[in-house]
Amino acid sequence: MQNYIADEGRDLTVAGRSKSMRVLVIEDDRETAQFLQKSLKESGHAADLAGDGETGLSLAETGVYDVLIVDRMLPKLDGLAVVKSLRTGGLRTPVLILSALGEVDDRVKGLRAGGDDYLTKPYAYTELLARIEALSRRAAPEEQVTKYVVGDLVLDRLSHRVSRGGEAIVLQPREYRLLEYLMKNAGQVVTRTMLLENVWDYHFDPQTNVIDVHVSRLRSKIDKSFDKPLLHTVRGAGYMVRDGAG
Amino acid sequence: MTVLDKFGASVWTSTPFRLAALSIAAFLVTAAGIAGFMFWQTNDLLTEQVLAGLRAEVQEMRHMEAAAGSASVAAAIKARARPEGPGLYFFADKSGRKQAGNLSRQPPELSSEGGGTFRYEREPGDERLAVALPISFSDGTRLLVGRDIEEQRVFANHMRTVFLLGFGLLSAAGLAGGLGAGRLLLNRIDQINAASRSIMAGDLSRRVPVAGSQDELDGLAGNLNAMLDRIEQLMGGMREVSDNIAHDLKTPLSRLRNRAEATLRDGGGDCDAYRAGLERIIEEADELIKTFNAMLLVARLEAGALDGQAEAFDIGGLVRDVAEFYEPLADEQGLDLTVEADDGARVVANRHLVNQAVANLIDNAIKYGRPETPDAVGSIRVTLRILTETVEIAVEDLGPGISADDRERALKRFVRLEASRTKPGTGLGLSLVAAVARLHHGTVRLEDNAPGLRAVLVLPRARQGISA
Repeated sequence: MQNYIADEGRDLTVAGRSKSMRVLVIEDDRETAQFLQKSLKESGHAADLAGDGETGLSLAETGVYDVLIVDRMLPKLDGLAVVKSLRTGGLRTPVLILSALGEVDDRVKGLRAGGDDYLTKPYAYTELLARIEALSRRAAPEEQVTKYVVGDLVLDRLSHRVSRGGEAIVLQPREYRLLEYLMKNAGQVVTRTMLLENVWDYHFDPQTNVIDVHVSRLRSKIDKSFDKPLLHTVRGAGYMVRDGAG
Repeated sequence: MTVLDKFGASVWTSTPFRLAALSIAAFLVTAAGIAGFMFWQTNDLLTEQVLAGLRAEVQEMRHMEAAAGSASVAAAIKARARPEGPGLYFFADKSGRKQAGNLSRQPPELSSEGGGTFRYEREPGDERLAVALPISFSDGTRLLVGRDIEEQRVFANHMRTVFLLGFGLLSAAGLAGGLGAGRLLLNRIDQINAASRSIMAGDLSRRVPVAGSQDELDGLAGNLNAMLDRIEQLMGGMREVSDNIAHDLKTPLSRLRNRAEATLRDGGGDCDAYRAGLERIIEEADELIKTFNAMLLVARLEAGALDGQAEAFDIGGLVRDVAEFYEPLADEQGLDLTVEADDGARVVANRHLVNQAVANLIDNAIKYGRPETPDAVGSIRVTLRILTETVEIAVEDLGPGISADDRERALKRFVRLEASRTKPGTGLGLSLVAAVARLHHGTVRLEDNAPGLRAVLVLPRARQGISA
């Protein structure tokens, strides 16, 4: 972990360089909602608030938002019902469901209702931010990308080959999938939980730093013999693949 | 009623008393029916005998009159009619005047044609019951042939008295028995009620008294006591669990608080010091949340069923994947992780939970499985054994292991062994594995690996029908 960028966590907006998003937060707890609004604003995004399901639904239906953050338990109209009726109405805006219920079956229910991601309370803001940024990117029209390129690092999704500066790098299948996910979200923070869920499909909290070990193994293969590191540790948040100079 | 009132209204409404009263009533009705029938039959038989005698004598008199005229009948009557005998006669001429016989007059109750019962006085004041048949002869004379049935009547009266008295006695005895049984039972039930009330009031150590008579009430008391034992044991378990939870949450909470206080005190206006302090506070809070989540999960698993989250999958692949996931970590820690898990055994389970359980076992082995001798090479062996009914996922390490006394405790809900308090993680790993096993009707065994710990997660294999 020798390569982490000292205080990048402080400055996620700049580090993330993601486009400014317009976010709708449907959350009945005013304090949480205002915290999110303020934090999102500081991260360079605009956030509107809705205090109940009905208001949230009518705002969301305008279609002007890039991402919706929907609390699961809401007055007037339950969060899952909001998502369901949005989806029935044909709206594809990505939805992150927030819930105090965190078991696997709750997650499954949330995703089945039409949510794109599910985050259990209490959560770290960095985790939420990383996830909605990943969601907004997922929603962007993604033509069949066959190649990810970050700096001189190239991952070919057809031949499953990875090379840096023209030099082939041999990766284990799992390392390949780890790098693929990181490069797919290049320029954005990817949290440990996101890696765990998306690369391994594990939905539990490993009690040890096992993800860090996987990442540092990958790093030793793609960064070690090169001057410029591409795989960065974002303190307090997770990891990011980024071409430092760009 | 006033004397009986002191038994208390509850005796009268008690079940045994009601049962006794009901059975006595049924018994009395039946007995009265039988006795009445017998009485009627006996009476009938006796009456019939008397009437048969009378008819025979009437016949004899008719023959006598036909053969020798009414004068001979009168003579015979004179001979037969004794003042105190059972036979009663009254022979009258055409005008109804008495010619012979021991009856002083034609009984007024009887018409001249039909027979029947009547009363007569044998001696003044001695009124007796009799029955008679009349005969009219061709010359206009009339004869009344009768029998004294006073003794039969007395016998019948006597019988009636005996029956009534008997029934009265039986009813009284039955009701008294019912009352007695009711009081006896009520006393025992009152004892049970008193014990229950004091238990409800909070004295969980109190027990229902057992009389030692081995009857149903003793059985009931015994069962109640067994239930109370179980409840007390569960309450004890709950208390232990809440103590453990309190301990596991309070320790990090006070650490969190201390850290916040220290940051406030030592920051001294230095932004970076505050930042560092706050970051550590967030780390503490995250640890706390993890512990809390793990507890919540264990509690939900203990309470829940699999409700539709189960799927059939090959356990071999899962074990290999989890082992592969941990291999770099083990490697980094200088531990040699090997896995022997073949395909071919399917289980029906919640995949995520089994993932987590196997992960926890390997995680534990990495955390605690380092050999005690410094130069020894540690190794962790993960194996899958496929048996006919079950699969056994074993994780073996060469560490210090868990002492035999602590092994059972380690699997209990929310129990952290001392050793786990100094290591990262919630310390609830084994509790969670045990909860996952229980949820899937499996078990967890902790064994001595000599040296080290051998933790075995046993899960039932999918039956052929389900595995498809």
